[in-house]
Amino acid sequence: MKKYLAFFRLRFTMGLQYRAAALGGLACQFFWGAMAILAFGAFYKTDPASFPMSMPATASYIWLQQALLTLVSMGGIDQEFFNVIQSGNVAYELCRPVDVYGMWYARSAATRVANAFMRCMPVLAVAALVPAPYGLSAPPSLTAFLLFLVSLALALGVVTALGMIVYMLTFHTISPRGVRLIAVGASDFFSGNIVPLPFFPEGFRQFSELLPFSSTANVPIRIYTGDLYGQEMLWLMLLQAFWIAALVALGKLLEWKELKNVVVQGG
Amino acid sequence: MLKLYGKYFSIHLKSVMQYKGSFFATVIGSFLTSFTVFLGIFFLFQRFHQVEDFTYEQVLLCYGIMLMGFAVAQMFASGFKVFDSMIANGEFDRILCRPRNEIFQVLAYRVDFVRIGMLLQGVVMLAYGLLSCQVDWNFPRVVTVVFMVIGGCVLFSALFLLDGSIAFFTLQGLEFMNVFTYGAIEHGKYPLGIYGREMLTFCTFVVPYALVQYYPLTYVLGRSDNPFFIFLPLVACLFVIPCWIVWRIGVRRYKSTGS
Amino acid sequence: MIEVQDLCKTFQVARREGGLGQAVKALFHREYETIRALEGVSFTVKDGEMVGYIGPNGAGKSSTIKILSGILTPDSGTCRINGRIPWKDRRKHVKEIGVVFGQRTQLWWDVPVADSFELLREIYAIPTEVYQKNVDELTELLDLAQLLRTPARQLSLGQRMRCEIAGSLLHSPKILFLDEPTIGLDAVSKLAVRDFIKRLNKERRTTVLLTTHDMQDIEALASRILLIGKGKILLDGGLEDIRRGGEHIDETVAELYKKFDVT
Repeated sequence: MKKYLAFFRLRFTMGLQYRAAALGGLACQFFWGAMAILAFGAFYKTDPASFPMSMPATASYIWLQQALLTLVSMGGIDQEFFNVIQSGNVAYELCRPVDVYGMWYARSAATRVANAFMRCMPVLAVAALVPAPYGLSAPPSLTAFLLFLVSLALALGVVTALGMIVYMLTFHTISPRGVRLIAVGASDFFSGNIVPLPFFPEGFRQFSELLPFSSTANVPIRIYTGDLYGQEMLWLMLLQAFWIAALVALGKLLEWKELKNVVVQGG
Repeated sequence: MLKLYGKYFSIHLKSVMQYKGSFFATVIGSFLTSFTVFLGIFFLFQRFHQVEDFTYEQVLLCYGIMLMGFAVAQMFASGFKVFDSMIANGEFDRILCRPRNEIFQVLAYRVDFVRIGMLLQGVVMLAYGLLSCQVDWNFPRVVTVVFMVIGGCVLFSALFLLDGSIAFFTLQGLEFMNVFTYGAIEHGKYPLGIYGREMLTFCTFVVPYALVQYYPLTYVLGRSDNPFFIFLPLVACLFVIPCWIVWRIGVRRYKSTGS
Repeated sequence: MIEVQDLCKTFQVARREGGLGQAVKALFHREYETIRALEGVSFTVKDGEMVGYIGPNGAGKSSTIKILSGILTPDSGTCRINGRIPWKDRRKHVKEIGVVFGQRTQLWWDVPVADSFELLREIYAIPTEVYQKNVDELTELLDLAQLLRTPARQLSLGQRMRCEIAGSLLHSPKILFLDEPTIGLDAVSKLAVRDFIKRLNKERRTTVLLTTHDMQDIEALASRILLIGKGKILLDGGLEDIRRGGEHIDETVAELYKKFDVT
């Protein structure tokens, strides 16, 4: 545990040192959210009846997507592991008598949380200041908020496990760029980053919500905005837990297979 | 100069062909990423049918044109996107030791063939938009579309140049610049007018996106008769000048402070 | 001819200390440290001379080379190379010099060396007859015949260095800057490189400025030594000045560093 705390602190310090980048990143995310909301605002003006959620809920959804990017999106995947794999240093990691999967999983998750501290809070703070209906609004109840937090933790589990699978896949291909692009593209789309999932056509939406990607950002955010509650919410949270188990199992299976035929590149 | 660029180009092509598998995987990946954005538009328009009196076909036309310009800029100006690593590994020193213009050398340093997927998508969307929009096509309108693509390409290249130049000053680059490049193409999929008056003003006078997209688009769609709009994309190309100035300041600074 | 007079150069380096508290402070206020890289460096190198430029790390060697190449502008002082000021007339100046950085490569990684050479030909606009003659000569002298068809990434370090040197001479430069050219090379390659440079200097009267930590390079090649320490030229003389009969040259230089208090 102390090991992870030390690692966490190191990451956090590193994050602080890149001050220009830190501020720039925040502004970046804020603008992204703002533009997306403006676009939806234009859609709302044209045809408010076709909106599946209220405008404030839509705005909150978008703000949360932006704020939580570092935490639960595939885009926030830790690049360091890719360098380790590509450079061939992976051989050193594999030679250690530790559970590679467990170690990388924990480090991955810790990195996400550490990075998220710097990025999430300020975006949320500013978004909350934006006047309604375009700003971040409060959740409908305290229970909803607490459930949101639980779901968020589950989401972190899912996205880390997804990331592990991507790492394992790159063991084999040694071309992380393509694999990463596909993974991030699919994940962004199905987690509601491109278009909030409630805006999808009905049939397609149900399908998308079954996929693990929705269990990353979409589910917790819907809980927060009040769009998801009751039975359906419990069912989707259970799905999140299921996906953690399934993806970890798949990841471990891949690890076992790949360890057998590691292609070490370098030299 | 052109012959020299041709030689660089063939070297890059040869290099890429050495890693065919990886190349195709990346092209597919990048195409899928673009495609999801298109799917997003498709879904939204299934629900809403139009946004502020722009129809689905018109939005596709707009986005297709922008995407083409952006893809070409990404393909050929990607040297500036990796410029911070060029400084870090001493490649820029090497460039300064060669008797050629530095900007030319950075442009020639990298050709990102992978973007061809995005270019293709742009072409398809543009074609679809052209065929399905009820546009009264005449010579000036066709010329306008061509200018829009060229203008978009030059504008985005200028922004990449600016983005690269920042590496002279901060050494980590500025993530904020992504707003002006990737942010622009992401949110520029809709005609800029829908974002409100202030945004349109910004995109006209500060960074001339609207000169490349919105105003000429209104001319093409027949909403405006102003022939001046045909040439606005070319006016937008003047944006290269301030970007180039920042670059020159950056080079001078680099030469006086080392790396 | 290289004429350097009173070159001065200082750098501002941001000071960063470890720890969480310091990092937060750094967000708001940066402290800078001044490093005096060059303090009044002066020397002259005549055409056809071979000069060894030695000194401990951080002494100012690479700053000098950068200024001579035109990459860096000094704070004060003058420098003329064949009548030109390097950082002012960059393009014309650079056409007449060749630079070899020991640890960085100018060859393209995934394509045959010959392709890299072709590209260099185009970059330097070398006339065909001159280019062909140079390539043939360099291939023979450096034994590159087998290597030209091979991609650079498949070459050993020694082979690559030979190609690097050839690449930097394709445009027949009058002056050659060598920055640690034999670092990491095996004995055979080192000898090959040294022989070649000696021959180049003799036959073509190419001026050579060599920075290295390998004293055997110096012994084999340099007729003149410039010792720089803490930004100042401490010694400008011949090999005899730093050799003390029988003593191993590394020891002599180490003694010199100590004597001038530059380690």
